[in-house]
Amino acid sequence: MKKVIMGNHALSWGAQLGRAQVIAAYPITPQTQVVELLSEMCANKTLDAKFIKVESEHSAMAACIAASIAGARTFTATSSQGLTLMHELLHWASGGRNPVVMGNINRAMAPGWSIWTDQNDSLSQRDTGWIQFYCSSNQEVVDTVIQAFRVSEAVMIPSMVILDAFALSHTYEVVDIPDQEKVDAFLPPFNPPIRLTPTAPHAFGGLTSPEHYFELRYKLQKDMEKVPDLVEQTGREYEKMFGRYLGQVEDYRCEDAELIFVTSGTAGYTARVGVDQLRQEGVKAGNLRIKMFRPFPFAKVREILTKAGKVAVVDRNISYGHHGVFYQEVKSALYGRDHNVPLFGYITGLGGRDITPEIYKEIAQLTLAKDKPEEDITWIGVKR
Amino acid sequence: MKPKKKVEKIVFQSEKDVPLMPMSLGSMLYNKTGSWRNIRPEIDLAGCIQCGICWKFCPDISIEIENEFPVVNYDYCKGCGICAEECPTKCIAMVEERK
Repeated sequence: MKKVIMGNHALSWGAQLGRAQVIAAYPITPQTQVVELLSEMCANKTLDAKFIKVESEHSAMAACIAASIAGARTFTATSSQGLTLMHELLHWASGGRNPVVMGNINRAMAPGWSIWTDQNDSLSQRDTGWIQFYCSSNQEVVDTVIQAFRVSEAVMIPSMVILDAFALSHTYEVVDIPDQEKVDAFLPPFNPPIRLTPTAPHAFGGLTSPEHYFELRYKLQKDMEKVPDLVEQTGREYEKMFGRYLGQVEDYRCEDAELIFVTSGTAGYTARVGVDQLRQEGVKAGNLRIKMFRPFPFAKVREILTKAGKVAVVDRNISYGHHGVFYQEVKSALYGRDHNVPLFGYITGLGGRDITPEIYKEIAQLTLAKDKPEEDITWIGVKR
Repeated sequence: MKPKKKVEKIVFQSEKDVPLMPMSLGSMLYNKTGSWRNIRPEIDLAGCIQCGICWKFCPDISIEIENEFPVVNYDYCKGCGICAEECPTKCIAMVEERK
């Protein structure tokens, strides 16, 4: 069934098709419609879930964690200030191995107060032990939520499905809504190995001495390392059933590229337009859109970027006192390997300023003009 | 008092034996937090009306009801004094520990 829906409703549809059983969420611009539609779905009984109203995002995640421990498939959604208020409990969800799936709408952090997109909210949660998927279309949002449940529950690690404020959250696109029966075949009910039940009581999350804490963290990392292969395998299975493949990255015209952009989110979709226009002008450009940020797709990134002439990483975020976050990550994937691809870092589009095809052309021009980068951050579009 | 669970420290020899999530590691069986206490609640049962308020308010589940009267579990009671504060007949006194 094809429908024209907004990005936020794509998250709600993903949660309904995935048959979430408990939803605890707190509304925040630009995420509000996710929660609105989910509450309607629960009221209309198209979604058989318990909808818990909470007084904050911190409580929303706490409720999701508890429901997940009890064995319920759990979904929530938030954005920006809400996500960062959850920070403590994001560690709790991953440390407690509760496979909650959460939508996050990328919105710039205040102050100055902003409702527009950039990635600093979710990238600040980089080390919380959550799987992170960045989406570039509403179709991808629906498909990613369904797959996120499957991947998360297989490794008992929570997932964040991330989309840009307004550029995707409020943009209407045609979405092929998968058939419920087929989704049910792809995604069986959540059946955790351990759950809280009155018949076999356990204390969860209690005091853990140095005797055991280290091993718990070792196991979390080891299971995180299984995710790239799992995403690959799950993506192929999804493709067989639904005709759409979602992997760790999306490479576009990279085979013979002298210049590859590294992008994410909707800016990664615009990059394809930029690449096409550059190709028409005779520049062999390509685009590598990072779809899965955590765990970082090291193998894929190395495989594709080591063939490039030059690489330009486009960050809609910044780690103050360091560089763009994707730039750091790509650098760490490539450093010390047997190749020498010049890596250029660009920061643009903070606080919702548009990233247009023209910006990619400007970045291409700057990158191709130099043999090697002279700085780690080149700012694109700062008024000075 | 109910018979105490046998206190045995759980030590896993390999990460493979450690549960996936931190659960039921038994750490509180030997980690007796009552030693943190500076003042202890002492209940004068003559004044007790068996209302159960101390049992309900204790944040450490350290008041148990035995034969319909409250008994403090000093292994875990940290001496916060909430029971004494909440007791409607004021039959719980907080007494300084002598160590």
